[in-house]
Formats: sequence, C-alpha cells, structure tokens
Amino acid sequence: MGQLLQQFINGLTIGSFYALIALGYTMVYGVLKLINFAHGDLFMLGAYLGLTLIGIALGAGLSASMLLSLVPILLAVMGIVAMVGIALERAAYRPLYRAGRLPAVVSALGASIFLQNFVMLTYGARYRVYPKGIFPEVLWTIGGARLYLEQIIMLVLAFLLMTGLYLFVQRTRAGTAMRAVALDHDTARLMGIDVYRIITLVFIIGPALGAAGGVMVGIFYGRIYFTMGWTYGLKAFIAAILGGIGNIPGAMLGGVLLGIIEALATGFVSDAWKNAIAFFILVLILILRPRGLLGERVAEKL
Amino acid sequence: MKQEGLMKESLARARGFIAGRSQLVMLVFVLLFPLIVRNNRWIQVANFFFIYALLGLSLNIILGYAGLFQLGHAAFYAMGAYTTAILNTRYGVPVLVLLPLSALVAAIFGILISRPILHLRGDYLCVVTIGFGEIVRIALRNDASSLVFLAKLPGLGFLASWLTDLTITGGPNGIMGIARPQFLGFIFRQQIHYYYFFLAFVAFTVFAMRRLENSRLGRAWTCVREDELAAEIMGIDTVHVKLLAFAIGAAWAGMAGGLYASWVTVIAPETFSFWESCIMFCIVVLGGIGSIPGVLVGTLGMIVLPELLREVLLNVQQWRMLMFGVAMIVMMIVRPEGFWPSQRFRRELELAKEAG
Repeated sequence: MGQLLQQFINGLTIGSFYALIALGYTMVYGVLKLINFAHGDLFMLGAYLGLTLIGIALGAGLSASMLLSLVPILLAVMGIVAMVGIALERAAYRPLYRAGRLPAVVSALGASIFLQNFVMLTYGARYRVYPKGIFPEVLWTIGGARLYLEQIIMLVLAFLLMTGLYLFVQRTRAGTAMRAVALDHDTARLMGIDVYRIITLVFIIGPALGAAGGVMVGIFYGRIYFTMGWTYGLKAFIAAILGGIGNIPGAMLGGVLLGIIEALATGFVSDAWKNAIAFFILVLILILRPRGLLGERVAEKL
Repeated sequence: MKQEGLMKESLARARGFIAGRSQLVMLVFVLLFPLIVRNNRWIQVANFFFIYALLGLSLNIILGYAGLFQLGHAAFYAMGAYTTAILNTRYGVPVLVLLPLSALVAAIFGILISRPILHLRGDYLCVVTIGFGEIVRIALRNDASSLVFLAKLPGLGFLASWLTDLTITGGPNGIMGIARPQFLGFIFRQQIHYYYFFLAFVAFTVFAMRRLENSRLGRAWTCVREDELAAEIMGIDTVHVKLLAFAIGAAWAGMAGGLYASWVTVIAPETFSFWESCIMFCIVVLGGIGSIPGVLVGTLGMIVLPELLREVLLNVQQWRMLMFGVAMIVMMIVRPEGFWPSQRFRRELELAKEAG
C-alpha cells in the first residue's frame, strides 16, 4: 500500500510536468493543426535559461530567500522563451501555412535541430547540474510514502499555471477568440478576429508554459541535457494525444495520467519497459478512441 | 515563320542533346566515383548515401505514393537488420541469402502493425507510427531477458530461469561479427566493393520503383492519396492497397537493413531511433513527394550535405548542424513542394492553394 501511494505521488509530480509541456503541443495543434516538433526544445531551452538565471541569482547572494527569488526567475525564463516561440512561428511556420502539412513538419524538425545545436554550442554537450538545495529538504511520511516539500511546491505551481490558462481560455475575450480560431479560421476572421494575432498568442503561452516546465524539471531532477527536449517532448506529446489533442483540459488530464501510469509501470512491472508501455498506451488509445479521452469527435481529413 | 520553326526545332534538339549528354556524364561519374576520389571516407559517405537512398525510396512508397504519414520507418529498417544479424551470427546463414528473408520479415511486420491503424488518417497515423517505431527500438534495447517480470505473474513462475539468460538482440550493445557478403567465392571487404554492390542494388530499386509507379497498383496509390473516397467509389479496395504500400515499403526498408548490417557488421538499437525515421521523412519531403529523382536529391541533402559542410567549414565545424537546421527551414519555405517534385504532386499543391 505504501509503495502504491509512493508511486502515485511520484507519478503525479512527473505527470504535472508532462501536462505543462503537453499544453504547448495541444494549443498549437488546436489552432494550426501542426505538430510542433520544436516545442520540446523550447522546454529544454527553458531548463537551460533557468540554470543560468539561478546561477546569477546565487552569485548575487540570494540563496537565503531562494523561494521568493525563484518567482522573478521563472517569469523571466518564461518571457524569454515566449519570445523565442514568437520568432520560431514567424520564421519557420508562418510562411508555410498555405503549403500543406508535410513541409511544416520538416520545418519544425529543422527548427528542432537548430535549437538543440544552439544550446549544445552555448552550454556544451555534457549534461549540466542545477544547484542543490534550492528548496529546504522537508518531507512528510504519509502511510509509508514520502512526500517532499519540493513536490508540493511543484504541484501547486503547475496547478496554478494550468488553472490560470484554463480561466484565460474560458473567461477572457482573447481566450474566446482563441477557441474560435481553433474551430474555424475563416469564420473567426469574418467575426473580426485577427487570426495571426491569436496564433502569436498561442506561441507565447505554449512556450512559456513549456519553459516553466523546463525550470521545474531542472530543479526537481537536478540534471539537464540538450536532448531532453525529445525525451520529455515525446512523452508530453503522448499525453496531449491521450487527453485528446487540441483539448486543453485533456492535455492536463493526459499528462497526469501518463505520469501515474509510468510511475506504476516502473514500480510494478519493469523500469526498462516503462517508455514502451507509454507508447503502447498511445497506440491503443489511438486505435480504440482516436479523439482521445476528452476530445470531441472531429472530421479527420488529411 | 518557317525559319522560326526551324530554330525552335534545333533549339529543342540541342536541349535534348545536352540533357542526354548530362545523363551520360552523370552515369560515368557515378561509375568512376571511387576511382576519382580515391578516398575511403568519401566512398563510405557514398555508401551511406546508397543505404539512405534505399530507405528514402522505400518510404516514398508509403508516404509519397500512397500519402500515408509514416514517421516510424526505422522500425522496418531495424527488422531487416536484426533478422540478418541474428540468423547470420547464430546459424551462419549467408547474408545474401538472408536478404529476401529480411524483406519478408519486415513486410510481415509491416502488415501486422499497419492493419489495425489503416483507418486512421493524417496526423493520427503519423503519431501511431512514431509509437511503433519507439516500441521496436526499446524492445531491441531491452532484449528478451528483460521480460523476466512476466514470471511474477501467477502461473508463469516457471519462465523465470529460462528468461533470465535469454538473449536475442544483444541489448544496448547490439550484435557484432556479422559476416560480409560473399558472391561466387568473392568476399566484399573494402568500401569500394560495397560501393558497386550498393550502386547496383539502388539502380535495380530505381528501376523497380519506376515500374511500380506506373503500374495499376501505383496508380491506385496515387488515387488513394488524392481522394480516398473517390478511389473507393472507383472500385479500389483502399485497405488492401494501403496494406500493400506498407508491405512493399517495409520489405524494401528491411532489405536496406540487411545490407546495412552486412556492411558495418555491427548493429545496435540506437541506429534505429526516432531520429532516423525523421531523417527518412525529411529525405522524401525535401526531395519531393512521390518523385524518384527527388528522393535521390533529398538523400544528397540530408546525408551528403552535412559531410560536405564538415569539409567546407573547417574551423567552424561545430556550427554545421546549426546551419543544417536553418537550411531545412529555408528549403521548405523557398520550395515547399520539394527540390524535385513529381509533376503530379506539384499540381496537387497548386490546386490545394487555389482552394485556399
């Protein structure tokens, strides 16, 4: 029982990271019907920028009130990566909206190669380590399972970001416009919505959330590497599909579910097969229920 | 008037003459390439080019002709390579004999995995194929002994001792010591031997693909790609036709895998990662969907260009992949239809553009 609870807690933490990254995939897909293969690399960029900024903050002697100084750092990283996201959309995707889907996929892969090699050249090819002890090591034991303060902070942070996004999309005018564009570009344009501005907005929010996920993964696992965008990105992408791609609450649910399934698979089946199990679930979901758990029925046309 | 007609005619003739000559020059160049460069590294690059050209041509059947988004082609490549490697190192079957067998194993695998997912379209198909590709790689990496957890299941305890020592794929280290091909007593040893062997195989493949392209099946594929519903109404069994695309594409990728295994003699699971599938995908799209010369040009771009950049950028070599990524984006923006598209696909794109 204790082990089950422990795996559940671990899974929830990892799942909340997946969910944050998955939101970027799902939002871009919802609006552009494009799988943004470079999104994972934006997440990775966030992790590296976080490392740099935390290093600067520590150098300035901010270690005592680390908890509070993390907030501006997180916001700064999110801002920078959002700008990279806008640049990416302008340079690599916007010229291709009328050219069909395949060229955009190749362009996204090119952008991914570019970002990975850019980070590799700037930070080096070896993995980098986040400073230890950013959060005090406090832990509670509940029913034989350990719960760290760090995990609670991560979960709360992820929850806040996702709730914020959800409210933004459901309650604000811009959010409504975003949903309209996801449904139908032309009709949205007729209703007076500037579609390109909405696309830009999506490329601000998605990468910003992914970057927050990057910093959180860095703090939680301590170790980052320049190819981590692919490892985590592919998982987050599965999460987005699992919940129903294009569907924002779906991405959150998918992320958390995938994290928990993976943790349980590690604990009770075999660590070596956990990724294969994740992919197997993906395949199964797509065969049985292609629209995902929460996705609406969509006309699938190439 | 008459003079103008004459001039046009002679111009056309001159053009034909040049085109004919340039093909001849190309042929001579390709045949003499190893003797011209006299450099093992470049012959090796050429051999890589051939392997990827085969992979590109095989993916072109699925992605280009039939229009099925396939981003897990490395799985078929792996199937062929491992079939050759396992049967050769364990039972000593000559690799050339294993070539058709590799094709068969990959084709059966292709049919098995594509059958349940054929009803999916577009991006969904693409995602499932990514999933299958990764499952294959992870399975190869984990090897059979990692299945020992099965023994924990009730009633399967007897498997434990058998499974712990079972090795089939050699795990993360892969398989070493694959024999080299042998033909009438001649053993292929040097890069140059493989060069002509692979060249012949690619030539045969190009010939076969051209025949296939214009066959009844090839036309049915194009029909399915352009409008599946219309194809069905015309009496094409779309499921059957799509299955055949996967089977033939997989078979050819399997043979490429067998050739690769016999060439490098060492294979490991990481050779067949998702990234490889992406490279094959880019080869087809960059070159031009459904176009045989396009695939060859795409292979030049994806495989030979990074090596050329390595030579050109001597001091700033580390920048080459950065520039390569930018080149991919720029290429797609400048020519979204690919470098050398088939006439047909270009027209499809134009129609799509007009329709908005």
